[in-house]
Amino acid sequence: MATHTQDDVTGVPPMAELSDIHLQVRATARQFSDEVVRPRAAAADESGEFPASNIREMAELGFLGLPFPEEFGGAGLDNLSYMIAVEEISRSCASTGITLAAHISLGCSPIWDFGTPEQKRKYLPRLASGKALGCFGLTEPNAGSDAGGTQTHARAVDGGWIVNGNKIYITNGSVAEVCVFTARTSKEQGTKGISSFIVEKGAPGYRVGKRENKMGLRSSDTVELIFEDCFIPKENLLGVEGQGYKQFLKTLAGGRISIGALSLGIAQGAFEAAVKYSKERQQFGQAICEFQAVQFMLADMGLKIEASRHLVYEAARRKDLGLPYSKQGAMAKLFASEAAMWCADKAIQVHGGFGYMRECPVERMFRDAKLMEIGEGTSEIQRMVIAREILKES
Amino acid sequence: MKIVVCLKQVPDSETRVKLDPTGKSLDSAGVSLVVNPYDEYAIEEALKLKEAAGAGEVIILTLGASGAATAIRNALAMGADRGILLKADTANADARAISEALSSTIKELSPDLVLCGKQAIDDDGAQVGPRIAELLGWPCVTVVTKLEISPGKVRAEREIEGGIEVCECALPAVITAQKGLNEPRYASLKGIMAAKKKEILEQDVTLSAPGLVTSSMSLPAGRSAGRMVGSGKEAVPELVRILREEARVI
Repeated sequence: MATHTQDDVTGVPPMAELSDIHLQVRATARQFSDEVVRPRAAAADESGEFPASNIREMAELGFLGLPFPEEFGGAGLDNLSYMIAVEEISRSCASTGITLAAHISLGCSPIWDFGTPEQKRKYLPRLASGKALGCFGLTEPNAGSDAGGTQTHARAVDGGWIVNGNKIYITNGSVAEVCVFTARTSKEQGTKGISSFIVEKGAPGYRVGKRENKMGLRSSDTVELIFEDCFIPKENLLGVEGQGYKQFLKTLAGGRISIGALSLGIAQGAFEAAVKYSKERQQFGQAICEFQAVQFMLADMGLKIEASRHLVYEAARRKDLGLPYSKQGAMAKLFASEAAMWCADKAIQVHGGFGYMRECPVERMFRDAKLMEIGEGTSEIQRMVIAREILKES
Repeated sequence: MKIVVCLKQVPDSETRVKLDPTGKSLDSAGVSLVVNPYDEYAIEEALKLKEAAGAGEVIILTLGASGAATAIRNALAMGADRGILLKADTANADARAISEALSSTIKELSPDLVLCGKQAIDDDGAQVGPRIAELLGWPCVTVVTKLEISPGKVRAEREIEGGIEVCECALPAVITAQKGLNEPRYASLKGIMAAKKKEILEQDVTLSAPGLVTSSMSLPAGRSAGRMVGSGKEAVPELVRILREEARVI
């Protein structure tokens, strides 16, 4: 039966900074996650099929344009609401969570942040309403953590550019109608001379290459994108030529918070499963939650999740307030992703042999969690970002 | 079409219920509150009727503490137009006092239709809908699973033991909603934002003295431990004997 919970399922009072609006977003996201997303998660993981129904229904509820203004087809909510939504969806299905996060933080945000008024008017209403999905083409075979190594090349021609090169591991790559990507527009090396462009599905010379067969997040769409003499008209240059590197650093700084929220959701899902199972599973004549060894695992999981939630919400709050959030976002992503991996591991441990089986949801969460320590900046890159910010401050 | 939906905020059905020290009411500490699930069917039906008519107003009417505004806000996020919260101390209130307060507000609003849940899941009284109808002198159809409105007239299907009863009555009328009437929608994110701007009118009301007093509440006795009869085929005759002679269920 449908119920609109106003508070945490546990009845615990919400954190002080959550307004009624945030609680309502959480209630809708949680209800949708529990009733619609969760029942489909295991089958989607097994088949690897893109969660198109989840995305369509989320679009109807306004999730796909969550933090963008209503005049551009968004829901007009803030970043904290967006993180709460990603967290709640990822509690049930991280593949759906990353599809949402990549669409908003990587597909829509660069257009919102750097696009010309015409580009915003042309693309955002379609993207924010969920009529089209967005993606972000940054990673290349020789440009991973070192994104300055971008080799995709854009040669200036009459009225635009001719692009050649390929992008790999692109989330939403084959389902997205709109792709923001980076390419080199000058012969300069390193971080200079990179620009961002917008390309639409179906553009001649732009196609999907290899589809990846992944360890986790199996129903999220991850593909190679290939540019072969692809003509990009000059009006599809995103913002200013040569600003590509700066642009994607900012895009990733925002996107990281959403990976923190995704991690938080996975950890919370694994934790809830572990708590429930530990109360049901009987060994040596009692529920295994009576054993201190199990209790200590639950205690540490709860602790890491609570700390992750504070870091993720705080980074989002800073972004909403227009305060610097680079360090906080990197901290949130780093801590929450490592916490998710740890919690998923311990959740399997609590489940014992059953936890290792495909039919047990925490087995999927464990595989899903690993990407959190890699995507949108590895843990090592996060530590570099944090250290740089600390040294800049002192 | 003007529709009033009566809404009650109740403890979540997943809440572990505890009694307060007086033993006459529930301990509200740490209890998460939700919109009464049957009222959600009433809200959904009102929204569908308004959408089908292409015009109208859906007003949410609640009686309770000031915290009940949260429940109204949820209904507004689903799409209702405005809310009225009658603020009252309901600690000793009975169904008559509550129905009197609600019906006097409804009388002022003079709607075409009043929709309620068939009962609230906390006290299971199932009295407020019929009492409002009685006080207003309007027809009432309870436990409705299908509703059709034509000019001035209502056709409602209601669940009865082993079948369906079809009723017709004139408008204005009071209808109480049963599970199966519809599938309540989620509050969309745009709906949540829109609800921020919608009005909730708060009025203090004093309830009349109760005619019915709760003398005590008690939790059901814990289940006693099971008993192992044996295992395998050999245990079957003894199990059958116990089921037949002691438990008397076969």
